[in-house]
Amino acid sequence: MTSPTAASSHRLERSITRLGRAGLATVQAVADVRTWAPHVIPQMRRLGVDSVPIALFIAIFTGIVLSLLSKYIFTGAVPLYFVGALVGKTVMMELGPVLTGLVLAGRVGANIAAELGTMRVTEQVDALETLAYNPRSYLVVPRVLAGVFMFPVVTALAMGVGVAAGWVTAINLLDLSTLEFVKGLRLFYRFKDIWFGLLKAASFGAAVTLAGCVQGLGTRGGAEGVGRNTTRAVVLGCEAILVLDAFWALVLL
Amino acid sequence: MIRFTEVHKGFGPKVVLDGLTLDIPEGKTTVLIGFSGTGKSVALKHIVGLLAPDQGAVSVEGRIVHELSPEGLAELRSQVGYVFQFAALFDSLSVEDNIRLGLARRGLDRYEIEDRIRDSLALVDLAGAEERFPAELSGGMRKRVGIARAIAFRPRYILYDEPTTGLDPVTSAVIDELMVRARRELGVTGVVVTHDMRSAYTVGDRIAMLYHGRIRQVGTIDEIRQTDDPVVRNFIEGRPTEDDRRLLEGTPS
Repeated sequence: MTSPTAASSHRLERSITRLGRAGLATVQAVADVRTWAPHVIPQMRRLGVDSVPIALFIAIFTGIVLSLLSKYIFTGAVPLYFVGALVGKTVMMELGPVLTGLVLAGRVGANIAAELGTMRVTEQVDALETLAYNPRSYLVVPRVLAGVFMFPVVTALAMGVGVAAGWVTAINLLDLSTLEFVKGLRLFYRFKDIWFGLLKAASFGAAVTLAGCVQGLGTRGGAEGVGRNTTRAVVLGCEAILVLDAFWALVLL
Repeated sequence: MIRFTEVHKGFGPKVVLDGLTLDIPEGKTTVLIGFSGTGKSVALKHIVGLLAPDQGAVSVEGRIVHELSPEGLAELRSQVGYVFQFAALFDSLSVEDNIRLGLARRGLDRYEIEDRIRDSLALVDLAGAEERFPAELSGGMRKRVGIARAIAFRPRYILYDEPTTGLDPVTSAVIDELMVRARRELGVTGVVVTHDMRSAYTVGDRIAMLYHGRIRQVGTIDEIRQTDDPVVRNFIEGRPTEDDRRLLEGTPS
């Protein structure tokens, strides 16, 4: 009978071997540039550009609600131009990246997992391998790179539109002038607010696309399997966003 | 030559291959027959390294497949065409791009690639279908495109996984004729997995029956037709065994 120490050392050894293999496979996939390079731009368009409308839709309503909420909080206690500060800080540092990330986790994560899952169960991934392609290079690397590049772009647009929606709400519904809103916006502004938000967005992009790819390529069992793994990809993507959000706050703030 | 030596393969508790030993000689078409779920496709996938054996080895021209480096495996796959059961065409690519994908990594120039696409489509009587997408094709046409994709890079071996399953008798006969034509005109070694005996007799030089994870009998068409083995005889004549009858009797009407 194997002792508990020997069993756990065997498990550790297997985990290290598995990790090593995964690391080696990743290096090989990334090194195969001529396979993944032609697919990065089309994926950036599909995963990023096509996600802009839904991200902006969310950003507009986030800006409106933040503006109204800050008036409700500040009235009688803090000068109303602080509305600009609250809208700016919140949209740039937290709600812009996180809400955009969560929306894209649904849209992009599900899209990737369902597509790759269907390819897996219809043997298209096997077909790629028999044609001497590395599926990680052909399918995973371009999607992850597209996520890392495009999540910050979409988030930047959402930040701008969110702040603009807050400003339009402030001058129309809160009796605030543009000058007062901008004064509040600039009051606590630091350049870090923007790069902090964009850095988070890039990490969310990597997490969401990786979750979609891992779940998609790990699909087994036909349509039911595709549905199950697509759901898992979205849930995993959302969880990763929340964990990463806390991690970056802990490390960088 | 392709050689299976004492190959064992299981998925969880289910043993699929249980000591499979079989030699597939050059220049001939070997047909692997057997009941559904007996591991014929699993055996085929070992030849191109899509699956690795739990024990034993599969070798192609003396190279043990599961011991090959990624480069060695890619080199092996460049000599083996694989026709999947449901064609496994890439949905997002047109017919010609499906074929081009397999040719893109063979060091051919643009003109050679175009010639190969045209020739392979002509060989399967699909000239003019270049621009169509898989969703626009019938089941038989998809299988023909799958064959065109497999033969386009002039492999030494072609593996056919149930090429006539789900097709009407006339389309099945067309596919059989294409397989015979591919061997005659390209001189390839073929391995065909099927339980369609009419197809097996048409395309095969040798027939091997897989039963309970190992070879029950292997021989020429005549040897198989005249077999005394009751299991093989029942299978080729489509007669249910006592076990099959008991199963049917237990099935509610």
